[in-house]
Amino acid sequence: MNLEHLARTVAIVPAYNEVAAIGRVVDEIRAFDPAIDVVVVDDASTDDTAATAEAHGATVLRLLFNVGIGGAVQTGFRFALEEGYGRAVRLDGDGQHDASELGKLLAPIETGTADLVIGSRFVDSNGSYRPPLGRRIGIRVFAWLVSILGGQRVTDTTSGFLALDRVGIELFAAEYPHDYPEVEATLIALRSGLRLSQVQVDMRERETGSSSITFVRSLYYMVKVSLALLVASLRRYPRLTGARR
Amino acid sequence: MTPLRVSIIGVVASLLLILVVLELIRGRRLKERYALLWLATGAVLLVLSAWREALNTIAGWLGVTGYPPAVLFAVATLFILLVLLHYSTVLSKLTDENVELAQRIALLEERVASLREPRIPAD
Repeated sequence: MNLEHLARTVAIVPAYNEVAAIGRVVDEIRAFDPAIDVVVVDDASTDDTAATAEAHGATVLRLLFNVGIGGAVQTGFRFALEEGYGRAVRLDGDGQHDASELGKLLAPIETGTADLVIGSRFVDSNGSYRPPLGRRIGIRVFAWLVSILGGQRVTDTTSGFLALDRVGIELFAAEYPHDYPEVEATLIALRSGLRLSQVQVDMRERETGSSSITFVRSLYYMVKVSLALLVASLRRYPRLTGARR
Repeated sequence: MTPLRVSIIGVVASLLLILVVLELIRGRRLKERYALLWLATGAVLLVLSAWREALNTIAGWLGVTGYPPAVLFAVATLFILLVLLHYSTVLSKLTDENVELAQRIALLEERVASLREPRIPAD
């Protein structure tokens, strides 16, 4: 383990065929804070995502085959764990998360008041994000379920925009769902005793490509995530100490 | 009472199953740990086919009064469900291990690359 890294922050960016967006995503993170190491996890893209990210100064982890968003993100958490980073942030490779909001996400980590900070679109009721009705209901239902099962009010469980301290990195490196991970991961974090805090963020519309959610997939999504939540609330998770090491 | 012909066919079929499984193990095309449930299936069906009084008695316990060989079908179905469920758990384990391997390779490849050519620090 690289001890001098403990004070450092790594940005984990999962990407699958995001050649048009990935360069800017990397640039914006480095522009926000040049001291943040950017790690792009390339989930077996068939385009030049990996090479582009590398050319923009990111470290690239190349997955041999497509493992899905959760498996890709977890590769980044494992990298953070093994390289000894004290803090990690995670942003999507399509550019929907605004790197200039990283300061808000990292603030509770830096003051030691939270282990996991989620960038939520619904902390303020007057946030600008207005998803289609179906998705809005889905987001609400899962937020409500996780709040009940996890014992803390959570407003946005489907957000992939988050920051972690070392405790959070250790948890997610060891335990992270492989597909559609965000909702279940939030519950796992709460049940493991992580201190969760939420900050209001805005998310941009996708700049390129299209959302991977189709009707059949959203049906699978609802069923899979519901089952995962049910099982996760029956499992035992060792309580991790919230205190920072 | 079970018709004699049904019993004979049952014995032949379960013997055939056992022989095929043994042959697959011998040819190293099937691992012993995945063959055990199949062999158990064959053995149970063989016993129930050959021992006609036992099949009758069990049918009586289960309330199958009309046609005792129905118990054979029920037992065979139950075992096939067990085998399939077992395979689903094996498949899940393999999937997890596969993802973990891909993750490990990605991390190791990056480490090899950074040893060859140290990472450029982000200023």
